[in-house]
Amino acid sequence: MGKRKIDAPATNGPDMRVNLAGIAMKNPVMAASGTFGYGKEYAPLVDLNKLGALVVKGISLRPERGNETPRIVEAAGGLINAIGLQNPGFDGFTKKHLPFLKKYKVPVIVNIWGRSAEEYAEVAGRFDGVRGVQGLEVNISCPNIKRGGIAFGTDPRLTAEVVAKTRRKTKLPLIVKLSPNVTRIGEFARIAEANGADVISLINSFPAMAIDIETRAPVLANVTGGLSGPAIHPIALKMVWEAAAAVEIPVVGMGGITSEKEALAFIIAGAAAVAVGTANFTDPGIILKVVKGIEAYLVRCKLKSVRELTGSLQLS
Amino acid sequence: MQTETASVIEQRSLGGDYRVLEFASSKVAPRVKPGQFIHLRVDERNELVLRRPFSVFKTGKKSLAILYKIVGRGTQILARLRPGDRAGIMGPLGNGFPLPASQTFPLLAAGGYGAAALYLLAQQARKKGIIFIGGATADDILCADDFKKIGWKVKIATEDGAAGQKGLATDILTEYLSEKSKMRQMALYACGPMGMLKAVAEIAVKNGQKAWLSLDRRMGCGVGACLGCVQKVKDGKSWKWARVCRDGPVFECRQIVWENGKWEKEK
Ligand SMILES: Cc1cc2nc3c(=O)[nH]c(=O)nc-3n(C[C@H](O)[C@H](O)[C@H](O)COP(=O)(O)OP(=O)(O)OC[C@H]3O[C@@H](n4cnc5c(N)ncnc54)[C@H](O)[C@@H]3O)c2cc1C
Ligand SMILES: Cc1cc2nc3c(=O)[nH]c(=O)nc-3n(C[C@H](O)[C@H](O)[C@H](O)COP(=O)(O)O)c2cc1C
Ligand code: FES
Repeated sequence: MGKRKIDAPATNGPDMRVNLAGIAMKNPVMAASGTFGYGKEYAPLVDLNKLGALVVKGISLRPERGNETPRIVEAAGGLINAIGLQNPGFDGFTKKHLPFLKKYKVPVIVNIWGRSAEEYAEVAGRFDGVRGVQGLEVNISCPNIKRGGIAFGTDPRLTAEVVAKTRRKTKLPLIVKLSPNVTRIGEFARIAEANGADVISLINSFPAMAIDIETRAPVLANVTGGLSGPAIHPIALKMVWEAAAAVEIPVVGMGGITSEKEALAFIIAGAAAVAVGTANFTDPGIILKVVKGIEAYLVRCKLKSVRELTGSLQLS
Repeated sequence: MQTETASVIEQRSLGGDYRVLEFASSKVAPRVKPGQFIHLRVDERNELVLRRPFSVFKTGKKSLAILYKIVGRGTQILARLRPGDRAGIMGPLGNGFPLPASQTFPLLAAGGYGAAALYLLAQQARKKGIIFIGGATADDILCADDFKKIGWKVKIATEDGAAGQKGLATDILTEYLSEKSKMRQMALYACGPMGMLKAVAEIAVKNGQKAWLSLDRRMGCGVGACLGCVQKVKDGKSWKWARVCRDGPVFECRQIVWENGKWEKEK
């Protein structure tokens, strides 16, 4: 990639819109799954209409109880969680939570998971044609459940099977969320693309654990969990860069965004959009601050559109 | 629920590891109900990614105070705050304590900093009652004078006998009830370690009284979004998870599914 030409200054402010395989977003910043509930929880504090998109907590066919407690523990610059995908199931979500979200103009992306490739496909099929849902994010990377989740995202054959079967069941834009727990992320990105993914998102939280040295017992009831937050950003950045280089489809970058700086780094590395997770807990206003920060950066760099920034990494 | 950047008015030591921290707060303070808490941002550099939950101890027209114990990295940072320093406050959060009905005599049980969560309730209850305050030693007996000043009776127990009666707050509560239980309609309110809450629940069930318990759980978001803080509660013949931050932190003791010994590891 050559040196970027500096365009004429923007007149009405930079164009922040991005389109992810048909999901039209007013800006490239979304709320990451599992960190924004089903929207309602943060609605008193954050104008949901200003988010690029809202990805809801992972939904499965039937309700799931998730793991025992304790489920979260803080680490240096991060958070280890083992929620275990507690959720109200397809019916619970569409009856109890979706009607609330439909009142907003924010694109709603449903994060889905299952315990077998068939279950993934079945949930995806059920969401097809459900009004108020603009896309599906297929979580093949949850580190916190014994069957399903990460097992699918770390085995090339299973990744291919889940994505292909899910693809056949839905016309909705399909975002496949990759696991960071692999050596060659580009390979998994390509498999997802080849089997029908419209978009790739990464990274999910990183397998991790914490030990209480007084009791010599694991802190989390599940023993291990997933690390998220600032600590994982540099790892996520490398993976997003590699994945973006491997595929033609858009990439959503996430992992440790706490300001526009990390978000911009993901975009420069090749991401078309980004998602903010753990930082919502620290500062519920963070997504809108990241949006403003990106906008200010575009103005400062005299870029007309955020889309010009995607993949603008300068490699000499 | 609101967020605001609040400046510190005062930081005061109560002896031992306990401090009272008062913030200027125009948005959150006027909305606080007894038993609600705030989620405090203690570190601006993102090293600590989570806020810290603290019960609201006192409120003024434009201020609120918390009473906290220094236990780890977050509270160590809090202890360094000086007047004029700023911190992010989110709140008021949670459902808080239901106020006792006008005919009901309130009995409060507090362990350690649990006394802070009960003070607003005592202030707003129509009938003045009794608070049973327990702690490991004299340093852990908090707020006794605050309760006395608003006309409440205070009974104290310490595990080492350094102040009040030797034993647990629930021991002196049980003694009290064994004499007076038939005389009036009562409600129990408690905040403290899980072992104490469980003991209060047993007392309440035995005496046919209601007991409102404020639970303490590790919190992520504080608003119900992350599902990190859950507690098992009864749901017909089965159970379900309740979010301590949003569905609690106060639960009637009969709602709680007690799991033998498990909470010991959690605390
Ligand atoms: C609803 C509620 C009200 C509370 N009210 C008070 C109060 O009035 N006064 C007071 O002193 N303390 C109160 N606590 C406990 C207080 O939140 C913890 O002591 C504090 O978070 C410890 O932070 P730390 O960084 O110093 O400890 P660390 O041990 O370094 O914290 C590590 C992590 O564990 C979490 N954590 C550790 N202990 C607790 C705990 N007991 N409860 C919740 N999270 C914990 C922290 O939030 C942090 O994420 C309350 C807790 C809850 C849930
Ligand atoms: C409490 C919590 C719950 C999560 N739940 C889900 C989930 O249900 N589905 C999913 O795909 N990712 C889930 N994630 C992962 C996040 O969406 C995100 O990929 C990860 O946290 C990295 O981003 P961050 O560092 O900005 O938090 C969860 C993360 C956290 C912290
Ligand atoms: S702390 Fe997040 S749900 Fe309670």
